[in-house]
Amino acid sequence: MKQTKAQKIFCIFNVIFLGIVALICLLPMINIIALSFSSRNMVNAGAVTFWPKGFTLRSYQYMIESSGIFAAAWITVKRVFFGLIINLAMTILVAYPLSKEKQDFQSRTFYVGFFLFAMVFNGGLIPTFLVINQLGLIDTIWALILPNAVTMYYVLLMLNFFRGIPKGIEEAAIVDGAGWFTTLVRIYLPLSLPSLATITLFIIVGHWNEWFDGMIYNNKTYNYPLMTFLQFQIINFKTSDLRPEQLMADPTLAELNGRAIKSAAIVLCTVPILMFYPFLQKYFVTGIVMGSVKG
Amino acid sequence: MSTAVAKKKKMSFGKRLKREFPFHLMLLPGLILTFVFKYIPMGGLCIAFQDYSPVYGLFDQYWVGLDNFRYVFSMSTFPRVIYNTMFIAILKIIAGIIVPVSFALLLNEVRQTTYKRTLQTIVYLPHFISWVALAGIFLDVLSMDGVINMALTKLGMDPVYFLGDEKVFPYTMVVTDVWKTFGWNTIVYLAAITGVDPSLYEAAYLDGAGRVRQTIHVTIPTIMPIVMLMTILSIGNVLRAGFDQIFNLYSPLVYSTGDIIDTFVYRMGILSAQFGPATAVGLFQSLVSFVLIMGGYWLADKVAGYRVF
Repeated sequence: MKQTKAQKIFCIFNVIFLGIVALICLLPMINIIALSFSSRNMVNAGAVTFWPKGFTLRSYQYMIESSGIFAAAWITVKRVFFGLIINLAMTILVAYPLSKEKQDFQSRTFYVGFFLFAMVFNGGLIPTFLVINQLGLIDTIWALILPNAVTMYYVLLMLNFFRGIPKGIEEAAIVDGAGWFTTLVRIYLPLSLPSLATITLFIIVGHWNEWFDGMIYNNKTYNYPLMTFLQFQIINFKTSDLRPEQLMADPTLAELNGRAIKSAAIVLCTVPILMFYPFLQKYFVTGIVMGSVKG
Repeated sequence: MSTAVAKKKKMSFGKRLKREFPFHLMLLPGLILTFVFKYIPMGGLCIAFQDYSPVYGLFDQYWVGLDNFRYVFSMSTFPRVIYNTMFIAILKIIAGIIVPVSFALLLNEVRQTTYKRTLQTIVYLPHFISWVALAGIFLDVLSMDGVINMALTKLGMDPVYFLGDEKVFPYTMVVTDVWKTFGWNTIVYLAAITGVDPSLYEAAYLDGAGRVRQTIHVTIPTIMPIVMLMTILSIGNVLRAGFDQIFNLYSPLVYSTGDIIDTFVYRMGILSAQFGPATAVGLFQSLVSFVLIMGGYWLADKVAGYRVF
């Protein structure tokens, strides 16, 4: 198909327009990165836009040395690790039986109803909080892992993928005397690696970014995971938090600016998860398409 | 195949149980976790009808009937909270359909593959950043000495208090939400557009349709079912305006337009420990959302033949 002149002009404008949109997505983040590397005076003077002014690493040094960010990061690493194992196991174990036809699994209807209802209706904030409190999970890492260990969204992704695997393969295995467990482990899981990769990444990002449970299920701030820690820093940090005697003891602290420190905290908490992302983009994309536009 | 089905029909109860036993075993852990963390809290919803005090057990409470509901619905701020929630949520739903669909259509016109892929990588990025971090970013960028107001002042305009002006706040929420989600939401529509049968475009071309008319008469009608489906499935969110976002960006300055059901319940339940009334609001929200979601699923099944399970 040949392009007319009007089409060519449209194409050029389109390319420029979409470029601007993408830039709008990036600029706020670039601004924050620039602030985090800038000196107090430059930030106060409002001189920083998209490039650091008066380059300094003091804000990062402050965050790393005196804020407890590593303790929070360690809690996040633990929740991501255990959360991933448990959540992935639950997803597979729930999705596999539910992917069967009714003739193979008579009680399917009951289980589907059970899980579906829990997906669309919930007890809400206060009753869930009271249950977790009663179970003695407050201030433990399990309060961050167990309540959402069965995530129906992932179960649905997995279930749809299992359904796409030709039935003939399974029937052959059953005829050869394999049980359902063997079929799942030996046949279904190896064939599901792409969708397992997608769900793994969803779980990691989900656990990394979750903050609200860390806030309400922990009384002690030293039990906060990274994002709850960040939330606490953002809401609470003001430069006035530095007491006069602190400033006397270490005059270099006066170089610090609240906005620069917050920016450094945001960068430190976000960059680790974003480093994964460009390499894994294609898995995410397969996953989302697989889940929403099925068969 | 028909003989296999017939054989299965004849299977005795005991035999079937033995055959299906591994399935029950696989489902057991998930069943227990869901029961403990989803169903027991549902039982806890009866707090909505109690004058709850944490000192006593759930069933030793003083039952007050609908008093908690009467109390909440008579609060002068509550209708406002419902209105704010629906206003913000509905605007987010509408913008959350229009912007990604338009972006997907325009992106589909880009011929340079590398450029296209770079654009995609960039616009998907905000999806992976937690609202906490984004709130930190927006609190700074949109503040009075933030970079946007710096630009506005340079252009000779008055600075806008995006997060502190009650008239502007709801729109700030909609725009920042679209900013975070639109890229990711294009994925579904892009997949649908790529799935359009190329022979349809050829036929349209031979009939003398240009690019614009091909888009209007071929692309848009083919992706319409997906657009409808996504709209229907988002109806369930009408009472959920985005707690993570608003909680981290609002302040008492904008309670009149920015306070939503979830933030209201949080302050009432967790901060003021008024468990009864807070649960009553939660129950009200859960029930209405439940009806909307089920209605949405029913409609999705009727209109698009989409089944959740």
